[in-house]
Amino acid sequence: MITEPGNGAKGEIILEMRGLRIEGQADDQWHEIVHDIDLDLRRGEVLGLIGESGAGKSTIGIAAMGFARPGCRITGGSIVFDGIDLRAASEEEKRKLRGARIAYVAQSAAAAFNPAHKLIDQYCETPVQHGIMPRAEAEAAAKDLYRRLQLPDPDNIGFRYPHQVSGGQLQRAMTAMAMSCRPDLIIFDEPTTALDVTTQIEVLAAIKDIVRQFNTAAIYITHDLAVVAQMADRIMVLRNGYLIEEGGAGDIIAAPKEEYTRQLVAVRSFRKESQVEIDQDRPLLKVENVTASYGGLVMVLKDVSMEIHKARTVAVVGESGSGKSTLARVITGLLPPLEGKIYYGNEEMPAALKHRNPEQLRRMQMIYQMPDTALNPRHRVREIIGRPLEFYLGLRGLDREERIRELMSMIELEADDFIDRFPGELSGGQKQRVCIARALAAEPELIICDEVTSALDQLVAEEILKLLQRLQDELHVSYMFITHDLATVRAISDEIVVMLQGEVVEQGDKETVLTPPHHEYTELLLSSVPEMDPDWLDNLLAKRECGVA
Amino acid sequence: MEKILKMVAQRLALGLLTLFVVSLIIFLAVELLPGDLAEALLGQSATPETVAAIRRELKLDLPMHERYVSWLWGILQGDMGRSLANQREISELIGGRLANTLFLALFAAFVSVPLALTLGVLAALYRNSIYDRVVNAVTLSSISFPEFFVAYILVLLLAVVLGWFPAISNVSDDLGFWERIYRTALPALTLTLVVIAHMMRMTRAAIISLLASPYIEMANLKGLTRTHVIVHHALPNALAPIINVVVINLAYLIVGVIVVEVVFVYPGLGQLLVDSVSKRDIPVVQASCMIFAATYILLNLTADVLSIMTNPRLMHPR
Repeated sequence: MITEPGNGAKGEIILEMRGLRIEGQADDQWHEIVHDIDLDLRRGEVLGLIGESGAGKSTIGIAAMGFARPGCRITGGSIVFDGIDLRAASEEEKRKLRGARIAYVAQSAAAAFNPAHKLIDQYCETPVQHGIMPRAEAEAAAKDLYRRLQLPDPDNIGFRYPHQVSGGQLQRAMTAMAMSCRPDLIIFDEPTTALDVTTQIEVLAAIKDIVRQFNTAAIYITHDLAVVAQMADRIMVLRNGYLIEEGGAGDIIAAPKEEYTRQLVAVRSFRKESQVEIDQDRPLLKVENVTASYGGLVMVLKDVSMEIHKARTVAVVGESGSGKSTLARVITGLLPPLEGKIYYGNEEMPAALKHRNPEQLRRMQMIYQMPDTALNPRHRVREIIGRPLEFYLGLRGLDREERIRELMSMIELEADDFIDRFPGELSGGQKQRVCIARALAAEPELIICDEVTSALDQLVAEEILKLLQRLQDELHVSYMFITHDLATVRAISDEIVVMLQGEVVEQGDKETVLTPPHHEYTELLLSSVPEMDPDWLDNLLAKRECGVA
Repeated sequence: MEKILKMVAQRLALGLLTLFVVSLIIFLAVELLPGDLAEALLGQSATPETVAAIRRELKLDLPMHERYVSWLWGILQGDMGRSLANQREISELIGGRLANTLFLALFAAFVSVPLALTLGVLAALYRNSIYDRVVNAVTLSSISFPEFFVAYILVLLLAVVLGWFPAISNVSDDLGFWERIYRTALPALTLTLVVIAHMMRMTRAAIISLLASPYIEMANLKGLTRTHVIVHHALPNALAPIINVVVINLAYLIVGVIVVEVVFVYPGLGQLLVDSVSKRDIPVVQASCMIFAATYILLNLTADVLSIMTNPRLMHPR
């Protein structure tokens, strides 16, 4: 029943889509969101689907299983999997294919694993329910796959619950689960998007390796061209449900034909140019030996010191759990530190938010990662930007209105068009612009940006970075830029603070930190950022192998 | 496991504290009842001397706090005092009644809980179907009528017209198990109808609210059958809210049966409470109320512990 590794010839077509059309429901109306897509996939081939949010890549990927999410429906075209017409097949027929012959790996393994069951129970479920093998055999197979995917302690890790395993390990366990029936086709739906860069590498390597071993065909969905370049033989570039360009992975990267693809390839070429002379003696903000903790058990920050100068951008880099967001909470007074002090100019800031006066609050503003949740959905743009104007500066009536319009022109939103809109009527990038305007309204000297581009598409993110840079040039505001994304750091920072497990491992000028010799951890971080070169992953792994040996 | 035991101990301590507060409230509330017990007891023959004598005998002449303390002290030692109406030991008086009430509650629970859960799961599985709508409509209307109305309708149909069950549930200690079941069938059925809607609808809602979760989509994309997805993937994660509703209803089956017991003249605790209030048999009223309060607290504690046991994050920390 089970195909042994390496069997099955490459070349035979396993999936064929012709003229696929899918509609989605919005405001009680059906709109076409995927337009006339043709797709061919051969056995053992990896096809990359790339595009920004709303490109329809996930919808197309899932349609390969004959499945449409609630609120979507497949309206036209054909989907043929290994000779079976999925549009004509009954629910029962499709159910028998799913999991057994076509498997799915979801974006967030933490959400896609059922919290109530152990990993191995969820693994065994598919082969057992499909009647492919008995439980005992499935368990043995699971351990074998866990070993192949280089999970630690493969014999026992399956007997843990999802919350007891780290994100990268979960994502590999999910890949193992998808492999459980040795499917002919696996859909990988952004499997590494939620992971840190150093973890992403492990998962990418594991997926690439296992897909090769079993000669499984795969559709690899992602918004990151550099990632897909490592994984795919062939790439389809999608935008707003249309196919923009299709070709071999190397060709797309090396010689993109369409303008949109060129933009995607060139993304993050943006670099900060200006340099402001700094007054070394008088930092704007000084953090001195701060130690902080939630609840006093685990120290989230250990003896952290840093400075931010006027009109400079300090990037705080680290993976999840490094304490970078906690540092922002300490600076803003949301989390009073256990030890250490915060100086603003020459004056010591009260540790707790409630002891700070409005003037102290005004000088420091924040922009958040999720503009969706940072904006009150029941307030119009006018109220959102107008509120800090009233609160901090006491502006009312016409003065206020005028200033709102001025701020909106600074963030490049047409006031007449946008001032009366609710956040729900804005795109992600526009929402983040409104958040920026709200922060600027207080006329701050320091803006703390907490992962402000992480939730945005790459092209949109780049626009936001450019905007922030322009504002800094004009207003001489300082930024503390918290991010896990080194490309962003390269683009916008003057100084870099690298954090690991609550400690600063390296800090200094951008040039100093980014040029070798690096601290060991900085090196790991830098080398883990995927590059456009399709051979990058293989080369890197080979290099690391040598390094270890 | 140690953590759970510690938590149970904490909650138990908190429960005892609550019970203490409840005892104060009960005592004060009963004090506020109008009328004088001694006069009520003596009736026609109440002269100032006899009233004073009775008050002294029943220690009603002592100040309130002294009576409260001695009452509480008695309860702590398991002595709930004597009934004023017939001088019997209250523990003896209540014992048999409590057993009857518990029997009826258990009977109703054994029927209603599995039935409600099954109906709820099926309603989630076939949501928006005819079945779903019919079940919802029927359970909702049964909960919407007052209990005594449901009870009398059942008596009319099943006892008077069809003659299947007795209209009055008089039970005594010497009855066999099945005879007891037969005689309490109507009150149990009434209670079932009253509590089933709440539990069934919560089961349905708790499951449906999970159906949009990524892990349910994942389960569907693994090609599992619909029943398997609902029962193995949705239900275990929906247990906490379901358990809470089930327990609230179980508590209701014990402490909320007064009307039903009166309608069917069933010798339970509720019936005793009503009689005692009308006779101003205050120690019995107080004792019954304390039992009801303790039941509530204990069942809620059970619900908390069970909810925690269904959460793998708490049961299996990292």
